[in-house]
Amino acid sequence: MSDTPITGAPTTGTASTGRLGVRKTYKLFIGGAFPRSESGRSYPVRGKGGDLLAYAAKASRKDLRDAVKAARGAFAGWAGATAYNRGQVLYRVAEMMEGRAAEFAAEVANAEGLKPARADAVVSAAIDRWVWYAGWSDKVAQVAGAANPVAGPYFNFSVPEPTGVVATLAPPDSSLLGLISVLAPVIVTGNTAVVIASEQRPLPSVVLAEVLATSDVPGGVVNILTGNTAELAPIAAGHMDVNAIDLTGAPAADKAALERAAAGNLKRVLAHHDGEQWTEPPTLRRLLATLEIKTVWHPAGI
Amino acid sequence: MGSGKSGKKQAGAAVVDTGAVDTVSAGWEYAPAPESRDIVTIAPEYGLFINGEFRPPAAGGTFATINPATGESLATVAEAGPADVAAAVSAARAAYENVWGPMPGSERAKYLYRIARVLQERSREFAVLESLDNGKPIRESRDVDIPLAAAHFFYYAGWADKLDHAGFGPAPRPLGVAAQVIPWNFPLLMAAWKLAPALAAGNTCVLKPAETTPLTALLLADVCQQVGLPPGVVSVLTGAGDTGAALVTHPDVDKIAFTGSTEVGKQIAASAAGTPKKLTLELGGKAANIVFDDAPVEQAIEGIVNGIFFNQGHVCCAGSRLLVQESVADAVVDRLKRRLATLRLGDPLDKNTDVGAINSRQQLDKITELTAAGEAEGAERWSPPCRLPEAGFWFPPTVFTGVSQSHRIAREEIFGPVLSVLTFRTPDEAVAKANNTPYGLSAGIWTDKGSRILWMAQRMRAGVVWANTYNRFDPASPFGGYKESGYGREGGRHGLAAYLDV
Repeated sequence: MSDTPITGAPTTGTASTGRLGVRKTYKLFIGGAFPRSESGRSYPVRGKGGDLLAYAAKASRKDLRDAVKAARGAFAGWAGATAYNRGQVLYRVAEMMEGRAAEFAAEVANAEGLKPARADAVVSAAIDRWVWYAGWSDKVAQVAGAANPVAGPYFNFSVPEPTGVVATLAPPDSSLLGLISVLAPVIVTGNTAVVIASEQRPLPSVVLAEVLATSDVPGGVVNILTGNTAELAPIAAGHMDVNAIDLTGAPAADKAALERAAAGNLKRVLAHHDGEQWTEPPTLRRLLATLEIKTVWHPAGI
Repeated sequence: MGSGKSGKKQAGAAVVDTGAVDTVSAGWEYAPAPESRDIVTIAPEYGLFINGEFRPPAAGGTFATINPATGESLATVAEAGPADVAAAVSAARAAYENVWGPMPGSERAKYLYRIARVLQERSREFAVLESLDNGKPIRESRDVDIPLAAAHFFYYAGWADKLDHAGFGPAPRPLGVAAQVIPWNFPLLMAAWKLAPALAAGNTCVLKPAETTPLTALLLADVCQQVGLPPGVVSVLTGAGDTGAALVTHPDVDKIAFTGSTEVGKQIAASAAGTPKKLTLELGGKAANIVFDDAPVEQAIEGIVNGIFFNQGHVCCAGSRLLVQESVADAVVDRLKRRLATLRLGDPLDKNTDVGAINSRQQLDKITELTAAGEAEGAERWSPPCRLPEAGFWFPPTVFTGVSQSHRIAREEIFGPVLSVLTFRTPDEAVAKANNTPYGLSAGIWTDKGSRILWMAQRMRAGVVWANTYNRFDPASPFGGYKESGYGREGGRHGLAAYLDV
């Protein structure tokens, strides 16, 4: 343990009552459960001033593989759910986030060194962002799909489908709004996700995991790992059962190597756009990046 | 019905002798399973919902709304006159200019999500009230009307913050004040079809429910209050045709959306002519439900029954003309009759009921008149043995065979539980007969052959084509007619176009 005073999570007991607060253990989120790292490792997470906030689990290669396995296992059910159902479930997540808004705000304030009002605004934007993406579940096919007028007696249509398991390196800076901006577009269309949280600012992601676990999101649809990005990213990029990888949170120097590793099974690679601001309304880019297009031909005739 | 056993729960019901039938068996004995009406509280009288509050009508007129299954009066409802229309339109204009129009789409979305959630939470209350006021079986109001209404708000809530992506260019503009007049067959669902896309797009609404089914629209007004919807964004004006006419002809209305009869739809189109008002109409139908000789028979029978006896046939897209291939016509009709003998007609609040009450005396008279014309013109009439309750308005499921295209029952919309059976020999003949109507709302196709489904679908002059299913509805799926079934679509991305300046 460090000798730095621990400021801890927002639920710490108040001095006025003389009651000692019960502190939270920040864990991984894999397959709907909250394990510690199988490696037994953890690492200190510090606030902007350098004070210790908490220890977070430091995920290992094995944890990442477990997470991919859980995501793969959840894929068929989640992708096969009706779009309406996915929309309902994800909207429920927003409802749960709203109920924990104060906790999110405190975590974000600690993690990012924000004043309370600014942290509240970030949390509000994050919840609204989640709602925005949730609504896409039963609309993305109406924007990204098509009926194709082929020159022959055929009925031909194209529909978007989820690509599969998506590994996401969450943005290092924006611990909640950025995280949600990269996660929601992946799962709303039916993909399942393995998220490697911001290494320096991981604690809001653990609260999000707790929200997901108490919504109706099936276990394994979202898996969140805290730990060392540089250590985990190559494992994710090289994993043969991962279909796509979002390199948003990758260290700049590692990007080319990660893309090369991703080429091993032709992962769809999504990278951070230079101009991408988490506070700006998103485009459809992230939503479309983890979709496949399936075209169906059928003859029309007596 | 059929077994005659259901008569037990309608003591004293008259037996309508509808002729010889080969009843399949003695059937099952069903104990009554009525849904409790305790969940809903009906006020003795209702005012108009204008500018966020209930108020008495300016001219003081009222009328009663009754339970069509019993004839009992449920409540006294206000009749909105021209002064009330003016007040509601004025409130809608103010809300549009000052609150709803300038509000970010993401905030409008959250109001609509709230409405969707409250409809889900209070769904049983709505379902019971709908069945009481409309006469439809609780099984349908509970499993179809109310969930679909909530889903519709949910779906369009998600468009409110995404209009830029809806395919109408950047920042599409709403129209302004929408006057929305809806029918009595799916009262709450039609309110949802009208309000959800209009509000999502940024319009404000004045809704006029049908005079025989105002109660769920008034309960929806209560929901608007519950979710904190700003005053004037939605107003509900109860009344009959005069109220509707005053509303759609009000000069400060920008948009008219009407669902109802083709006759009234034409009057509205004529009245709006020469004005800048935008208009969408969802009108009558005389859909062909086409059964080929290779159709999966059991499935087709269920589809035929669902197509015409769902909601007592009070469905604009009902499969009221059965076009069956000649080679299998006798077999299909035999099976159909056996199936109809098992339908249970009676108390709409009974969870076992398949066929409920006819919505009004006026509608019952219309069905009675048209079916009499069917017999007079030479078609053969059949109904299963059926005990009809003495009180209220009832009509037994009825099938006409030997129908020709010139018969009134093959041309005119009956809007009741009456099926006209015609035959065809070739796909071309099926197409010709199916399209031989001024209507063009929907069509059904039953065949095991996929290529034939698509070939037929391409040739149907109808806005919705169901293949190996019928009467499916989804908020994501556009609905609306060709020809004299109206214009504009409700549902789906296309449904937004009705409420945007595009």
